[in-house]
Amino acid sequence: MLHTMRPRWGSLRGSIGVLRRLYHGDQVAAVGSRPDSSSPAYQVANYNPQHALTGGGEKARTLHTSRGKLLPRERIDRLIDPGSPFLEFSQFAGYQLYGNEEVPAGGLVTGIGRISGIECLIVANDATVKGGTYYPITVKKHLRAQEIATQNHLPCVYLVDSGGANLPRQADVFPDRDHFGRIFFNQARMSSQGISQIAVVMGSCTAGGAYVPAMADESIIVQKQGTIFLGGPPLVKAATGEQVSAEDLGGADLHCRKSGVTDHYATDDSHALHLARKAVRNLNYKKKLDVTVEKPEDPLFPADELYGIVGDNLKKNFDVREVIARIVDGSRFDEFKALYGDTLVTGTGTHFIQLCCQRNIPLLFLQNITGFMVGRDYEAGGIAKDGAKMVTAVACASVPKITVIIGGSYGAGNYGMCGRAYSPRFLYMWPNARISVMGGEQAATVLATIAKDQKAREGKSFSEEEEAALKAPIIKRFEEEGNPYYSSAR
Amino acid sequence: ISLRCASTGRSKIEKVLIANRGEIACRVMRTAKKMGVQSVAVYSEADRNSMHVSLADEAYLIGPAASQQSYLAMDKIIKVAKASGAQAVHPGYGFLSENTEFAELCKKENKIFIGPPSSAIRDMGIKSTSKSIMSAAGVPIIEGYHGEDQSDQHLQEQAAKIGYPVMIKAVRGGGGKGMRIARSEAEFVDQLESARREARKSFNDDVMLIEKFVDNPRHVEVQVFGDQHGNAVYLFERDCSVQRRHQKIIEEAPGPGISPEVRRKLGEAAVRAAKAVNYVGAGTVEFIMDSEHNFYFMEMNTRLQVEHPVTEMITGTDLVEWQLRVAAGERIPMTQDEIALNGHAFEARIYAEDPNNNFMPGAGPLLHLSTPPADSVTRIETGVRQGDEVSVHYDPMIAKLVVWGKDRQAALTKLKFCLRQYNIVGLSTNIDFLLSLSGHPAFEAGDVHTNFIPQHYKELFPPKKGTSDEMLCQAALGLLLNEQLLTQEFNLQWEDRFSPFASSSGRRMNVLYTRNLSLMDGENKVDMKITYNHDGSYVIQIHDRVLKVSGELVNEGDVTYVKCSVDGIVCKSKLIIIDHNIHLFSMDGSVQLGIPVPKFLSEVSTSGSQGGAVAPMTGTIEKVLVKAGDKVVAGDPLMVMIAMKMEHTIRAPKTGTIRKVYFKEGVQASRHAPLVEYEEEEADSD
Repeated sequence: MLHTMRPRWGSLRGSIGVLRRLYHGDQVAAVGSRPDSSSPAYQVANYNPQHALTGGGEKARTLHTSRGKLLPRERIDRLIDPGSPFLEFSQFAGYQLYGNEEVPAGGLVTGIGRISGIECLIVANDATVKGGTYYPITVKKHLRAQEIATQNHLPCVYLVDSGGANLPRQADVFPDRDHFGRIFFNQARMSSQGISQIAVVMGSCTAGGAYVPAMADESIIVQKQGTIFLGGPPLVKAATGEQVSAEDLGGADLHCRKSGVTDHYATDDSHALHLARKAVRNLNYKKKLDVTVEKPEDPLFPADELYGIVGDNLKKNFDVREVIARIVDGSRFDEFKALYGDTLVTGTGTHFIQLCCQRNIPLLFLQNITGFMVGRDYEAGGIAKDGAKMVTAVACASVPKITVIIGGSYGAGNYGMCGRAYSPRFLYMWPNARISVMGGEQAATVLATIAKDQKAREGKSFSEEEEAALKAPIIKRFEEEGNPYYSSAR
Repeated sequence: ISLRCASTGRSKIEKVLIANRGEIACRVMRTAKKMGVQSVAVYSEADRNSMHVSLADEAYLIGPAASQQSYLAMDKIIKVAKASGAQAVHPGYGFLSENTEFAELCKKENKIFIGPPSSAIRDMGIKSTSKSIMSAAGVPIIEGYHGEDQSDQHLQEQAAKIGYPVMIKAVRGGGGKGMRIARSEAEFVDQLESARREARKSFNDDVMLIEKFVDNPRHVEVQVFGDQHGNAVYLFERDCSVQRRHQKIIEEAPGPGISPEVRRKLGEAAVRAAKAVNYVGAGTVEFIMDSEHNFYFMEMNTRLQVEHPVTEMITGTDLVEWQLRVAAGERIPMTQDEIALNGHAFEARIYAEDPNNNFMPGAGPLLHLSTPPADSVTRIETGVRQGDEVSVHYDPMIAKLVVWGKDRQAALTKLKFCLRQYNIVGLSTNIDFLLSLSGHPAFEAGDVHTNFIPQHYKELFPPKKGTSDEMLCQAALGLLLNEQLLTQEFNLQWEDRFSPFASSSGRRMNVLYTRNLSLMDGENKVDMKITYNHDGSYVIQIHDRVLKVSGELVNEGDVTYVKCSVDGIVCKSKLIIIDHNIHLFSMDGSVQLGIPVPKFLSEVSTSGSQGGAVAPMTGTIEKVLVKAGDKVVAGDPLMVMIAMKMEHTIRAPKTGTIRKVYFKEGVQASRHAPLVEYEEEEADSD
């Protein structure tokens, strides 16, 4: 039943460089082979492309734009350098997470984009999703974005348009360490580390939300649109009986002319984004490289062929070199310890990780692992200690790590191959991939065996039907929870 | 045909001063260089970096921009002639070319004035005198009043006697200046006053003559040449009928539809005219020709004309060379029999002006300038280069495009082809207008007269059509590719130049990036949705149409082209993006599209528009007709401005009370400068 364990592992090397460093014709043979791309498995039409990312429902969007406001992704398009890429994070956050409540992308758009030539981390509230309020997942996504900014030393630009914490869920948003308050904690810490914090107030910043612009190094506010106050007009009325409009209480004029909470006055969204670009330009930020760079090159084989190579059946084996051939520059791959430990492309993981750390070479983990091998011989061979060595190497690796789960990600294999708990800078998952503590089949079999043993102790029989009935929901549950959409939603 | 370089005898002229600027100065210098004659330029402060200065062997600064203190300052020019050791002075056209005093001053200072004797200039410069001389020499003339009684009343009586419509002309006038038509008694006095004012400004003399105005006449002129040995020849006629603001715009030689018989008669009449005044050098005898091909002497221009190249093209001559040789005392290089007419030539004058705004002269920088390649049948006579400025101080002509063909049709085809390659950005030009003019069926048929533009106004100024989707796609692609180029340039200064974020791929996670782009097609905003494909191509949606677009920028010399495939059809257009405008030039014509300027960047200019009247162009305030506190009605004249040597009346844009007048008489106002400010109105504030 257990299919062969095939942990695979490769390194992505220098997708960059002034010149490719070729010395005396020391060419590298390309990896990869040409597949039968006309076969049914290779038809791109088999795969559903993702629909456009729209945020909240049409009604909410129409209302939003009718106020002269731009949608969050439009804001980002205008904030970043024209035509430049935007690496968006956590697009599936909140997917089917709150029952009937749809919170597309967690009500927050985050990612890395280039502003005035400087790579920045951007966090934009989506006011078309529940008024931009913070669900628990919104907080988590926001914090994750800040973590990326901290790790990669990226200036942060917050496009704020949020009603603050989602009150019905305040218990899961407010009190704990990694809740709402952590956002401002992070802002303060990053600012102190020289990671600039810029806030653009394009909508409400109520209560806690008021601290995003207030804690920022530099802030911009849009007239008759952006507001900042600790307590909104209804709260003021309840507390003191004072009647005041939102604009008078915390509008752009108040904060730019009187309170000094905001630094720049914008006439509309476009103006605000223009000012934000100028603010980033004035950061006097210079990216310093401590690695060699080479001119990137396309792989020799089209990436589309990955659909056919990997397929959607995890039990189907494939040669991970075919995957590498479609990822690395010119499909050139210097394989390390090719003849040793052939379930891992590169040889012994521990040795390789340590070498990369010594040479300051980032690590790319291509995860397709069912776990560390079990069985008497292996346990006797000390696999627990061997595995621990690799987990230690991964945990202690100081070079940037990026993980792509391209197949199975099970058990301690997940740890050894730099799962989420090992803080890779980025982690991606392909739609065919699955992640769980063990395979559904295995988990069901383990539980069935325990049940059978118990029955046996009680002298009861355990029919095949009973076993199947016990296993089915477990398999189903693992299949559901191991799904990339499920794990990406959280 | 190349300009024939006839063998030259020993010349007394080894160095020539060119008392002019712009294209004619450059034109004279080229021939001088060809003949081994050194050229001396004079220049005003405004022309410090001009082409004619760099082309000359020596150049002398003679004063400030105003012509009165530079190009018209005879003493300064003579001083330079002496200092530089030039033996001769070539006056070009305009400025001092028909100035008797200057010709005499040259003679007195022992410098050869390249032109006729001062007596001929004087006789021909005063229209009444010239007419009586011509009449006596048997050259047909038109009747009119050339008397000395200049009282309004007397002139009006004379006009009534001749019969309306009449032409009011400055006696010392020329080039359309100081010239007005009075179609009825009612407008006579106004037109007279306006003509006088302009004449005083231009010639410092406001004596007027009145003559019969011939409706829809042709303007036909004959190139003549005389020498000091009593010879005179004609080099056939030019037709310069198509005019706007009484100034020539397109000229051709020979005149279309003119029989050899009439041609000979014209030529012989012109030679008689030249001989009547002992003419020496290059001159032009202008005739009015009616629809029956009867012609009447109008005036004689005692200079080399702007449009002389068309004559050179059909006769294979270099008239500047002839001028220099004849001035040096040589005989005319060819006899009448040797001068043969070969083929047909056109000259199109490219002006900085706005045909859609009554040909309002313009000025400004030539941000982009590219021309068709010059060859033996294509001449580009110009005094400016890309980056130069068309100055408010002088004539707004940018260039003359001269083409030759074996017959009229061939020459016309060539003209249109070359005009399409003549591309200018930075100021309004008449190039598109010249294209529609030269493509007009009546023009193609040679059915030309001085009233051509008003008569065919509708066809020459068709309502503007919207830009085609294909051109919009080209413009959008050009913009995107240009954006890419800027990014690449930026990346070169950046250490991490291969960062994926440094690309212009528009890459997005899991979806294709669709970008909204709006372009201004005139007043219309066109919204486009541009989707970035992974292969570098784009899908552009305009209204309901979806087009697949890809392409690249190609550099040829200094010029960038966008090579663009729209739904598989490949085309190539010259692409110029300057500030907030995209310009595309192709054989299908030119397209200008605006990139909408965000409000926060354009606020300054928009706020100006509510204030009051603004100067339509840079110029000098001639008259201020209102003062603070005056109540004005929309349309009331506020100021009179002189710009590009023309008068412009600035009228009240709206009814209200003047709060402030920003300019005094005699002060220069720059383009778009507010001239007055209104009191704010309580009722409707915006």
